[in-house]
Amino acid sequence: MRPRFAAPVLLGILMLALWEGAVRAAAIPPYILPGPLTIAETLVADWSTLLASLLVTLRITLEALAAAVVVGGLLAVLFSLSRWLELSLFPYAVILQVTPIVAIAPLIIVWANDVELSLLICAWLVAFFPILSNTILGLRSVDPNLLSLFELYGAGRWRTLVHLRLPGALPYFLGGLRISGGLALIGAVVAEFVAGTGGNASGLAWRILESSYQLKIPRMFAALVLISATGIAIFLLLTLLSHLLLRHWHESTLEIER
Amino acid sequence: MPFISVRDVSKVFANGVQALAAVSLEVERSEFLSVLGPSGCGKSTLLRLIAGLSEPTAGAIERPGSRADIGFVFQEPTLMPWATALANVALPLRLRGMAKSEREQRAASALEQVGLVGFEHSWPRELSGGMKMRVSIARALVVEPMLLLMDEPFAALDEITRHRLNADLLELWQRNNVTVVFVTHSVFESVFLSQRVTVMTSRPGRVGSELAIAALYPRSDAFRTSTEYVGYCRQASALLAAAMAE
Repeated sequence: MRPRFAAPVLLGILMLALWEGAVRAAAIPPYILPGPLTIAETLVADWSTLLASLLVTLRITLEALAAAVVVGGLLAVLFSLSRWLELSLFPYAVILQVTPIVAIAPLIIVWANDVELSLLICAWLVAFFPILSNTILGLRSVDPNLLSLFELYGAGRWRTLVHLRLPGALPYFLGGLRISGGLALIGAVVAEFVAGTGGNASGLAWRILESSYQLKIPRMFAALVLISATGIAIFLLLTLLSHLLLRHWHESTLEIER
Repeated sequence: MPFISVRDVSKVFANGVQALAAVSLEVERSEFLSVLGPSGCGKSTLLRLIAGLSEPTAGAIERPGSRADIGFVFQEPTLMPWATALANVALPLRLRGMAKSEREQRAASALEQVGLVGFEHSWPRELSGGMKMRVSIARALVVEPMLLLMDEPFAALDEITRHRLNADLLELWQRNNVTVVFVTHSVFESVFLSQRVTVMTSRPGRVGSELAIAALYPRSDAFRTSTEYVGYCRQASALLAAAMAE
């Protein structure tokens, strides 16, 4: 195994072993700190409940990410076509971005009048800005000489966008997407904490709240493990997507021979 | 009747910098003209004006044909990194709306002209600096231009590659019967390539003296070491020095 994978995996196993050893040696009760083995047992035992919640959180995350891609990408393209539109709207996008989501989530929950929709809006609000600002940067970072060439051969705005600006912005967009993937998950979880609603269609955040009320700390950890695993999976998938799309031409995919 | 005539052209940029002052220049059909001058003397601005990519503040430029009949080569290869060599060369035809099969066929033959057979499907990052510049030249040739405008195209290349590309460019020029305006800051390059060298002064750019290079074509590598070549280089250097002292 290459050190790139071996090193973090070995470190992880070592830390888990230390954790388990410490919990056993000091006889810490599971409602204070459960050991990794207890958490794993809980994960298996409560799998059906946890899986249902995981799917809810995952669905909201992916829907929010998709909405962020569509809205962030479209706004970026519109801004690149119209300077006036950008000057008028961009400051409001910044305001949305800098306002803490926990502060406006209660309002959104009141207005949306539907828990799942409000969670979706919250997650989308957190996720769309990196895509928007990165894509705008990419659409602008065009080689001025290539622009001259397009002008020389009579390409209008539309063909310059399709053949020059959009492909050039792709690496920037994908960079934004990787940030937004993680943020969408965080947004979905945070919003559910604020909403604090239970029931059948509740996500992992509700499972954590519920476990803390009932002092089922191992279950809380199990839900936490699932959230982390989801975040890591989203990041890896988006990294793979980025690599597949850019492998032929972008500097970020170059492997330097030593 | 000259092929291109530039009459009393001035260019002042929006920030108030005067790039060109009353420049007049004539280029004959099928001529190879070099514009020699120090960096920042407005040579690139002059090329952009001739191409119609920018409008003169005063004066007039006359040239036949449309912008689509121009091939433009920049100092950098200016390739789209996300497209293969073939797709880069085919770009002007694609923007013109030519069908895929026809434009790829023409792009392939343009790549053949610059000696890049077998590299059609290479990505720009897999090519050396000299090869990228060849792709760039092929892209300029693919439109079968009447006029080839070159803005210090070989300035960033090593000397061995530059000499090879100089020779190949002359061959392309003779074969294609195209008019070339070649901007450079290299005395040696301007003498080796052109029939006529125009010297420009800087800040603001003016056209100063001219030197006709009467040496016969084809010019081989042996020309670079001939006394004739050295003599022309000496004359061109003197003109450049005089222009810069003004």
